[in-house]
Amino acid sequence: MENSEHKIVSFKTYGLILCVLIVFTLSSVYVTHLDFGNLGIVVALSIAALKSVLVFGIFMHLLYDKKMYALMVVGVLLVMTIVLIITFLDYGY
Amino acid sequence: MTEHSVHDHYDHEGSKLGMWLFIFTELLFFGGLFIVYAVMRYKNGTAFALAGKELDVFIGTFNTIILLISSATIAMSISSIQMKKKNLTVILLGITLVLAVVFLVNKYFEWGAKIEHGLFPGSETLHQFGHGETLFFGLYYFMTGLHALHIIIGIILITIIMVKVHKGKIHEDRFVQLENTGLYWHLVDIIWIFLFPLFYLIA
Repeated sequence: MENSEHKIVSFKTYGLILCVLIVFTLSSVYVTHLDFGNLGIVVALSIAALKSVLVFGIFMHLLYDKKMYALMVVGVLLVMTIVLIITFLDYGY
Repeated sequence: MTEHSVHDHYDHEGSKLGMWLFIFTELLFFGGLFIVYAVMRYKNGTAFALAGKELDVFIGTFNTIILLISSATIAMSISSIQMKKKNLTVILLGITLVLAVVFLVNKYFEWGAKIEHGLFPGSETLHQFGHGETLFFGLYYFMTGLHALHIIIGIILITIIMVKVHKGKIHEDRFVQLENTGLYWHLVDIIWIFLFPLFYLIA
């Protein structure tokens, strides 16, 4: 009874997202083989970020759950980014 | 409020919130390692690119796809328990388990081949390569090893959940344990999504 408000995500949605994730994976392999040097890994990491957004949003239901969860995830990722930037202030000059 | 619910401590939202808090500690834990990786790569760019060539992109890609499929199947198992399809839930969890084991077996052969070639922390070959390569493989073994440990824990969790679904202890009105295990498994997937380009695709 208390779970009646939980959204049931269709198999079709999951299947579609899975296909997109696999296409993203293969394209990141393809891009890094094109010999663009450092640009290749930047693109591959951007694709990875995009993939993680799909996993967070659809597979982990952040899109369907209370906004609070998504906000907290963004907060944690923000903390990580800030720590990364502060760390590189020491190395990158 | 019935007499029953007074003694029933089931709290779906609370349990899920707790799981998310745990996931945040995991994200920060791996996040720290990713920052170590970023700094080391910044300082040893060429060596990291050369060392990355030693890794098999095919196995890496294959394992990525396996983990993605397993993430989709465990997500589907949550939908299927909500649709009151118990047997389908067990089957989907079973597929997830098999994929997790396949991932580990691949990892075993991959590590085995590297070790055979003398590429392991403290090896003579790595010592000759130099500082950057040693750092790369040190991080490679530590981060993929820690990830593999999470896969093993996931296998244990999914097995327990599968038995509970089979016994009817987890059902359409009470499935937060399945949902939390799913969250954990997706986390393991997300970590791999970043490990894959950082180690396999930087050559």
